[in-house]
Amino acid sequence: MDLTKDYKTEFMTNEGLQNLISNWIPDLEFTEEGSQFLNITVKPDQLYQLMSQLKTNNEANFDYLFCLSGVDWGKELGVVYHLESTTHRHTIVVKVKTEDRENPTFDTVSDIWFTADFHEREVFDFFGIIFNNHPNLKRLFLTEDWDGFPLRKDYVDEINMVIK
Amino acid sequence: MDTNIANSNLKSEDYFINMGPQHPATHGVLRLLLTIDGEIIKKVEPDLGYIHRSIEKMCERDSYQQIVHLTDRMDYLSSHINNEAVCLTVENALEIEVPERVKVIRTIIGELTRLASHQLWWGVMGMDVGALTTYFYGFRDRELINDIFEETCGARLTMNYNIPGGLMFDIHPNFVKRTKDFIAHFKTKLPEYDRLLTGNVIFQKRMKGVGILTKEDAISFGATGPVGRGSGFSCDVRKHHPYSALDKVTFKETLRTEGDSLARYEVRIQEMWESMSIIEQLIDNIPEGDFKVATNAVIKLPKGEFYQKVETARGELGVYVVSTGTKNPYRLKFRSPGFSNLSLLNHIAVGGKIGDLVASMATLDIVVPDIDR
Repeated sequence: MDLTKDYKTEFMTNEGLQNLISNWIPDLEFTEEGSQFLNITVKPDQLYQLMSQLKTNNEANFDYLFCLSGVDWGKELGVVYHLESTTHRHTIVVKVKTEDRENPTFDTVSDIWFTADFHEREVFDFFGIIFNNHPNLKRLFLTEDWDGFPLRKDYVDEINMVIK
Repeated sequence: MDTNIANSNLKSEDYFINMGPQHPATHGVLRLLLTIDGEIIKKVEPDLGYIHRSIEKMCERDSYQQIVHLTDRMDYLSSHINNEAVCLTVENALEIEVPERVKVIRTIIGELTRLASHQLWWGVMGMDVGALTTYFYGFRDRELINDIFEETCGARLTMNYNIPGGLMFDIHPNFVKRTKDFIAHFKTKLPEYDRLLTGNVIFQKRMKGVGILTKEDAISFGATGPVGRGSGFSCDVRKHHPYSALDKVTFKETLRTEGDSLARYEVRIQEMWESMSIIEQLIDNIPEGDFKVATNAVIKLPKGEFYQKVETARGELGVYVVSTGTKNPYRLKFRSPGFSNLSLLNHIAVGGKIGDLVASMATLDIVVPDIDR
């Protein structure tokens, strides 16, 4: 590592971030439409590479994963990661989607950010999304024998759910 | 027969103990599965979901006005701030500018909420380490804030005062005077807290160097609020992403570098002083004007995604809304501070004793409905 170089760079604009990140992996989708942050959509097999680079790259330095949510877009299932850098204070959103509703699988990021451990278990519990290499992937809130994944849009529970 | 058991070759085995779900030290319906060797903790596994109500699923069928009233059932000690989070999300998405009066009142009410929450925490904190008196001191002062809330908001717990577009009704004519009286009263009482508990030798020994969390780990675990700041993680949303009238006041973000239980404790004590200072800066200057702006009876957010964060008494609460342009959110996620703060419990408790686990947990200030959303 070149220690003479000053790694403490400043806040980066969305444009700067896009220029930086698009060099790492080809065909990432960038958009700012309908969101206050820069959104990146990544293919499942490139997720782990992108996420570890976002954390370790000194210019990006996204060390704080402040939100990890599962989303059911109807046809696709996916996960949305909200990231912030505590040194540079810029924010980015990473999305990963799959159309495989039977066996949706992504790589875990719980070894990059510890907080992902619990958050991914929550997503597994409510969306049935499987995270490869997760150290302890089991139901978090619901019981082990619970049938189905409640936050999916096609989940039916005629007894407990009140539909207006 | 071997008479010297301690030196014999008998092997000790790990065993499991259930702490909770009905245990006073777990502060709610939380079960901890402890793996212990003698009295040394080897693993803490929280078992959640005893009071999960699936608020996020309920939100998908409710209108935005209704959602506001679900949020004060999450972290019930920060109910005003939780309500504010949803209101701000809706207002920002619709680009509604609320009157200055609303912003100032929201900030005052929010800081009063933080004070009341920290007072309750302080009372319970002492009780968890065996000092029962603190409980009565904390509740004595908290009653005064509850009285103010009762007069202005009509409730003492799970208050609903913020609505999208402003406030439900104007402040009570007594509000300013009673708030000022409370600040004057509490300024003489907060040093009492220090005299009674902070300097106590037994308390110091229970707290100092126990449950250490480094700054790096705090960021990685997403520890926010006093837990993150006790480890030197500058995470105060009020500083970094100010909302309502918080950009008009001056206050100090309390940071400690030790990362132990005592640091988290001292951050909260110092925060009470800062909250009082914020209220004092605003209470005499509440602008005249309306207490709300009219919104449509049916609120529809534009198509897109919205994220709003606020600083509750426990840390960063995030509201993530995916809207398709209808009157209900398509997906709504609450990033609750308690959930992330609980996830680090195993990390700070391993290697310590069960008594230390209770003390460390008290400094995390967990509210279970905030975790079981």
